[in-house]
Amino acid sequence: MRKVLKNEGVQAFLASIICILIGLLIGYIVLLFINPAGAGDSTLNVIKNFLYKKPARQMKELGNTMAKTMPLILCSLSILFSYKVGLFNIGAAGQYVAGACASLYAALAWGWGWLPCMLFAIVAGALLGGITGLLKAYCNVNEVISGIMLNWIALYTTNTILASVKESTSPYTHYIDKVNKSALLPTAGIDSLFGNNNNVTIAVPLTIIVAVVIWIILSKTRLGYELKATGNNRNAAKYAGMAQNRNIILTLVISGALAGLAASLLYQTGYMRWECTQSSVPSMGFNGIAAAFLGGLHPIGAIFSSFFIQHITDGGQYVNTNFYSPQISDVISSVIIYLCGFVLFIKLTMKKWIAKSEEKKGAKN
Amino acid sequence: MGEAHKSEYAIEMLHITKVFPGIIANDDITLQLRHGEIHALLGENGAGKSTLMSVLFGLYQAEEGTIKKDGQEVKINDPNDANDLGIGMVHQHFKLVECFTVLDNIILGDEPVGTAGMLKKAEARKKIVALSEKYGLQVNPDALISDITVGMQQRTEILKMLYRDNEILIFDEPTAVLTPQEIEELMQIMKNLAAEGKSILFISHKLAEIMAVADRCSVLRKGKYIGTVETKNTTMEELSAMMVGRNVNFHVDKQPANPGEVLLDVQHVTVASKAHGNNAVKDVSFKVHRGEIVCIAGIDGNGQSELVYGLTGLEPLVSGTIIMAGEDITKASIRKRSVSGMSHIPEDRHKHGLVLDYPLEFNMILQTYFKPQFTSPIGFLRRKNIREYSDRLIEEFDVRSGQGSVTPARAMSGGNQQKAIIAREIDKQPEVLVAVQPTRGLDVGAIESVHKQLVAQRDAGKAVLLISLELDEVMDVPDRILVMYEGEIVGELDPKKTTQEELGLYMAGAKRDEVKVK
Repeated sequence: MRKVLKNEGVQAFLASIICILIGLLIGYIVLLFINPAGAGDSTLNVIKNFLYKKPARQMKELGNTMAKTMPLILCSLSILFSYKVGLFNIGAAGQYVAGACASLYAALAWGWGWLPCMLFAIVAGALLGGITGLLKAYCNVNEVISGIMLNWIALYTTNTILASVKESTSPYTHYIDKVNKSALLPTAGIDSLFGNNNNVTIAVPLTIIVAVVIWIILSKTRLGYELKATGNNRNAAKYAGMAQNRNIILTLVISGALAGLAASLLYQTGYMRWECTQSSVPSMGFNGIAAAFLGGLHPIGAIFSSFFIQHITDGGQYVNTNFYSPQISDVISSVIIYLCGFVLFIKLTMKKWIAKSEEKKGAKN
Repeated sequence: MGEAHKSEYAIEMLHITKVFPGIIANDDITLQLRHGEIHALLGENGAGKSTLMSVLFGLYQAEEGTIKKDGQEVKINDPNDANDLGIGMVHQHFKLVECFTVLDNIILGDEPVGTAGMLKKAEARKKIVALSEKYGLQVNPDALISDITVGMQQRTEILKMLYRDNEILIFDEPTAVLTPQEIEELMQIMKNLAAEGKSILFISHKLAEIMAVADRCSVLRKGKYIGTVETKNTTMEELSAMMVGRNVNFHVDKQPANPGEVLLDVQHVTVASKAHGNNAVKDVSFKVHRGEIVCIAGIDGNGQSELVYGLTGLEPLVSGTIIMAGEDITKASIRKRSVSGMSHIPEDRHKHGLVLDYPLEFNMILQTYFKPQFTSPIGFLRRKNIREYSDRLIEEFDVRSGQGSVTPARAMSGGNQQKAIIAREIDKQPEVLVAVQPTRGLDVGAIESVHKQLVAQRDAGKAVLLISLELDEVMDVPDRILVMYEGEIVGELDPKKTTQEELGLYMAGAKRDEVKVK
């Protein structure tokens, strides 16, 4: 038992589960306070999400969750990749926006195909990440500060640029499937597994491949060795002659590319459109932070944690609106997401507890 | 002291046993500290001194044994309990907040708080200034820890303990970084403190210091208690035999040097200081030849660290030229210097030498990970080769750790961390080996082996530049001594012809020559 508990992976998994349970409990208590009558049911509905629907509709609903999970996975990869190098890329949200801007504009204004649009989004995210990297490496500007500033710059620049491809009667951009079908991501038959929900595209296998590649880079390659050494001990990395500035910039470029790809994989399904009057940075990039920590800062863990977070967020819409105002769903899911940030804390507590019980065991021998 | 004590002993640790997975760190150890005595605790790295002190300090709980204060059994569950019992400690690796000032570090955890939670720093400052004057512990209360030398950081640690009016003072190898004069002063401080009734535990493996300052000495070896002796009834030879279980050769055996061509030519080098606006190294020139060991001696903080940063590329030069094996490396990157034949055993093994969260095997390749031996052409690490390489170095250099190559560097003892760094740097087959305080914090057995390795490198035709604060090392190991004082080379001495006293005069700035560049 103790041996199993000592395994890092098991610890990370347990810590995540504990956080989820505490989050659900707090969410339940909040509902109880507002209106005791519907609290139990509504909490269950949040957990159930698509299972709330009739069986015939379930797969299709799951498909919608999947379509939004993929960009979340990529955002959390973006966060965790730079985190391993000792950088906190809160700018992922803005890099995501840059990706959305690039892919939508290329699709709607220039009529590009899906692949060039996607690559353009990657480049846009990478460029924005690169700016943060350059500022960090050469001017020692904290990446959190420049990241937050660039988030807003990216948002309003995007609003301005995409206003030229929006519908005249609404603040939303044109439907891609009406203007330029070739920019939609191919479904490659995957949609048939999800009740012909054509929001489910090659984004799914692509994202999983990217997650595996990131995992391999971090754990098996020279680049990962250098980056993690820099993250763990900047001075030792310098002493060993590693090119620090290059590594900082490269890390944020890769992080930005991941966030840019994330946006492309959402907007190019046609599932969502950009609202050119929005005045807050889309939460996808920020949710990536929670997903990264809930996934134990492991690329493969991020796949599952992202799915869970998206599942809960989507489940929020099934809270009984007879008892609660619709906004309550956001409260519940954000409580759970917030609790996800405590994964490291729980893990540390577990480690201490194991060490203590081991000392006691040692005493008996 | 007129005070009557309930017991002869201030602190007693009776039959302490502490087990870690795979190792018995303390095996039935008894240590009794009398009131007002200086009691030395002697033992090699890994003998269990640190573990025993951690038990006393509440960082570990012993499986067996009891701790008594003034004859009363006490339970120490954490460092706060120890602090409440008046036990204070200067750790070997300082526990200081780098971005805080000296003053802030001293009061940290014991802040004088006035009304509305305002800090009464002026009061604390007065006390600290008084203490530092009384004991000659020179510090600037307003300097940032990150800006001051290792020696000053040590003094801050000592002041931290004095500030808390602790009764039982533990010094964990306090002299490792002090200058000879400072050591003298510290010894006097320790004697004064003991005379005032404070009880001092002095952890060291420097036999001369123990003989000079301690009343009694307890010896540990491989986790076992060997015995306690009165220092006035023993000799250094006896103590060292107790400690290592065999006789140790204090003197470095070496043949006369046979210098060849110049491998390292340093010309008019000036390096800026991070601590103050002046240059830390001022127009320094010297040469190191193939097959010789040149030692830069000097009191800590006279520009040695900055000189090394300049030589190894960690900091840029303000002016000057560095030529290694005929190649101008003044502007070369750290990597370039490393691959063209410079090895660097850094002063601070935790700051520069190791990635503590990496396993030992990853630390063994820190300077060579990019070579085809360890990285495939498309950038994948060759884990099998890395493991084999690391296992070989562990074997050859006798690096001891719990789990071999996969041990996290953080979990290794200081001496073995140092051995790992030395193994890595020597196995790189350098032309020029820059060794900065390579024996800092090591025990006599390990020091002997490091010195042998330096001499072996010399005999293999390398140029060795040794930077040392230890007088014994300065006198014994090198073939030439250059003394650095306030950023300048003030004397060149022949270790065979000079004396410790003469060396001390140069180091203190009381004597200087015009040094010709040979």
